[in-house]
Amino acid sequence: MSEPVLSVKDLRTQFKIRAGVLNAVDGVSFEVGRGRILGLVGESGSGKSVTGYSILGLIEQPGFIAGGSVLLHGRDITRLTGEELRRVRGAQIAMVFQDPMMTLNPVLKIGTQMIAAVRAHDNVSRKVARGRARDALAKVGIPSPEERLDAYPHQLSGGMRQRVAIAIALLHRPAVIIADEPTTALDVSIQGQILAEVRRLADETGTAFVWVTHDLAVVSSLADDICVMYAGRIVETGPAAEVIAAPRHPYTAGLLASVPAEHEPGDRLPQVPGSTPSLANLPRGCAFAPRCFKAGPACTTTPSIQQFEDGRSALCHYPIESDSCQPHSSTSTTYRSAS
Amino acid sequence: MIGFLIQRLLQALLVIVAMSIIVFLGVYAIGNPIDVMIDPASDQALREALIHRYGLDLPLIQQYFVFMSNMLHGDLGESFIYRLPVLSLIFSRFPATLELALTAMLIATCLGIPLGLWAGYKPDALSSKAIMAFSVLGFSVPTFWIGLLLIMTFAVELGWLPSGGRGPVSTVLGMPLSIGSLEGLSYIILPAFNLALFKLGLLIRLTRAGTVEVMSSDYVRFARAQGLSESKVVGLHVLKNISIPIVTVFGLELGSTLAFAVVTETVFNWPGMGKLIIDSITVLDRPVMVAYLILVVFLFVLINLVVDLVYGQLDPRIRVKASS
Repeated sequence: MSEPVLSVKDLRTQFKIRAGVLNAVDGVSFEVGRGRILGLVGESGSGKSVTGYSILGLIEQPGFIAGGSVLLHGRDITRLTGEELRRVRGAQIAMVFQDPMMTLNPVLKIGTQMIAAVRAHDNVSRKVARGRARDALAKVGIPSPEERLDAYPHQLSGGMRQRVAIAIALLHRPAVIIADEPTTALDVSIQGQILAEVRRLADETGTAFVWVTHDLAVVSSLADDICVMYAGRIVETGPAAEVIAAPRHPYTAGLLASVPAEHEPGDRLPQVPGSTPSLANLPRGCAFAPRCFKAGPACTTTPSIQQFEDGRSALCHYPIESDSCQPHSSTSTTYRSAS
Repeated sequence: MIGFLIQRLLQALLVIVAMSIIVFLGVYAIGNPIDVMIDPASDQALREALIHRYGLDLPLIQQYFVFMSNMLHGDLGESFIYRLPVLSLIFSRFPATLELALTAMLIATCLGIPLGLWAGYKPDALSSKAIMAFSVLGFSVPTFWIGLLLIMTFAVELGWLPSGGRGPVSTVLGMPLSIGSLEGLSYIILPAFNLALFKLGLLIRLTRAGTVEVMSSDYVRFARAQGLSESKVVGLHVLKNISIPIVTVFGLELGSTLAFAVVTETVFNWPGMGKLIIDSITVLDRPVMVAYLILVVFLFVLINLVVDLVYGQLDPRIRVKASS
C-alpha cells in the first residue's frame, strides 16, 4: 500500500457513565489507501460505529476521545476544534449513516439539503450549487436527478434515499468516506446495486471507504482489506480474501462459520457460544477468551499483536495455524453446532 | 386544495351552528333578563310588556329561529344596557384587544423561540436552567398578581410607564390603535408584557422540548457530518422541524388571548372586549353575551383553519394526506 490517506493510530474513545468509564474503542489502529475499501467488521456493541463517529469527531457527551490520533493526509484531525473541524467534515472526510429513513430531514427538499451541503464548504451561488447537486445525484445512478431535487425524502424509496446520502457524501470529492452499515436497512437486491456503485466510485474517484458492517458477505464482495473488531479492539486484520479464506483469530473463524450460505440446507448452523460482553464488565485479559474454543491459560493476560505474512495480524495468544487445511470445515467442526 | 378548503369551511359552519345552540340554551338557562333590567318595584303589566317586546314569551325554539334568522341578516340584536347594536358595540372594542393580543404574541414569540432554542441547544448550561426556571414562573404565577407587581414597579416606583388606560390612539389601517405613536406604545407595553408572560413560558418549554429531540436526531448528526455550521444546523434543520407544535400553540393562544384577555384588561383598565363581556355577564346583557361567544367561536375556527393551511406549508407529509 502506498502512502495511506487515512491512518488511525491507537484511537481510544471512552464514555463516562455513572458506573465508571467504558472503553468503547480501545486502541484501534488501521490505515486506508487511496481508492481502497476497508471493511470494519464486528457484532453489535463491538465499537465499530463509535470508531466511525470518533474519526469525524461526532462523539457526543458523555463520550470523548481519550487518546490516539486520526491522521488525514498526515494531519491529526482529533486535535482540531470548532471551525477547523467543520471545514474538514464533509469536505475531506464524509460519512454515510445506517438508516436512510432517518438521515435526511423529512421536511426539507432533497435539493435544499444538498445545496446547503455544497455551500457549507464552497462559496458558490445557489444555482451553481444546485447544478453540482444534480451532477452528484446522476453520478450515484439516480434517474432524472433534476426532478429528484424538488422531491421530499418521503417521496423516495429507501435505496434511493441511501443513494442521495452517498451523493451528498461525494459532493466535495472527499478523500475518505466512512459508511456506517449503509446497506443494512435495504433489500438485498438494492444492497447489491449500491455495493457495485460504491466499488465503481472508489475505483473512479480514488475515494477511500471505511465500510462499517456486521455482514461478512458484504465485506467479502466489497472490501480490499478487513479489520475485525471485538469489544473495542481490532482482533484481526489483513487482505479481505485471505482473512475470509483462512482466518487466524478464533473469533473471525466463528463469525465465518455462522454465515448461513456456507452450509448445506437443513444443517444446524454453528454459533459462537455466549454473547458480546458488556463493556462495563469485560473479562480480564483477552475479552473473547470465555467464548473461545482455543482459549488456554495465557488468555487471562492481554494478548499482543502477532504478525503474519502478507501484512496480516491477529490479537491472540493461540492464533489458528495457516497450514491447517480446509479452514472452513475445521472451524465449523470446532464450533459445535447449536443444539 | 380547494376540496380541502371547502371541507374545512363546512366543518367550521357546523361548529358555529352547534355552538350557537349551546350558547343560546346556556344563556336561556341563566334566567330571565327582564328581572335584572327593570326596577323590582315596577308592576306586572310593565314587566309583561317588556317580556313581549323582547320576544321572551315565545317558545324557546321559536326564539332561537328568530335569533338565527336575524344573525344571518347580520343583526345580532341590541344590547339591553347600552341600547346599541351588539356588533358595533363589540367592534368598537375590538381594535384595543386586537393590538393588545398581537403585541403580547409578538413579545412571546420574539423572546420565547430564541430562548427555547438556546435552552434546547445547551440543555446543561447554567443559562438554560435559568431560562427554564423563568418559564415555570411565567405560567405558574397568576397573571393579575404579576400585573399588579408590574404597575407597582414600573408605574408607581420608577414612574417610567403609565399605570393603566389606553392613552392616545391614532388611526392605523382604518382602526384606532395605540401602537401608532410612542406615547400610545408606552401605555401598551405593561399590559402586553403581562399578557405575554404565560405564552412566553409555554413557548420556551415547547421550543426547548422540540429542539432537544431534533438535536439528537440522525439528520442533525448527518448535517454536522456534512460540515454544516451550527447556525445552519439550527436555522435550517431544527427550526423547520419544531415549527409545527409552535404554530399550533401560537394559533390556540392567539385565539384565547383575543377572547379572554379579561384579567389583564381589568388590572390595567384596558378598554377591550374582555371587559365588555365580563360587564355584560354581570348585568345579564344577553344579546352581548350570545353574540360575543359566537364571534369567539368564529375567531377560533378561522385561526385553526389558517393553522391547518400553514401545517401543509411546513410539513410536506401532511400536504400529501390532505390532497389524497
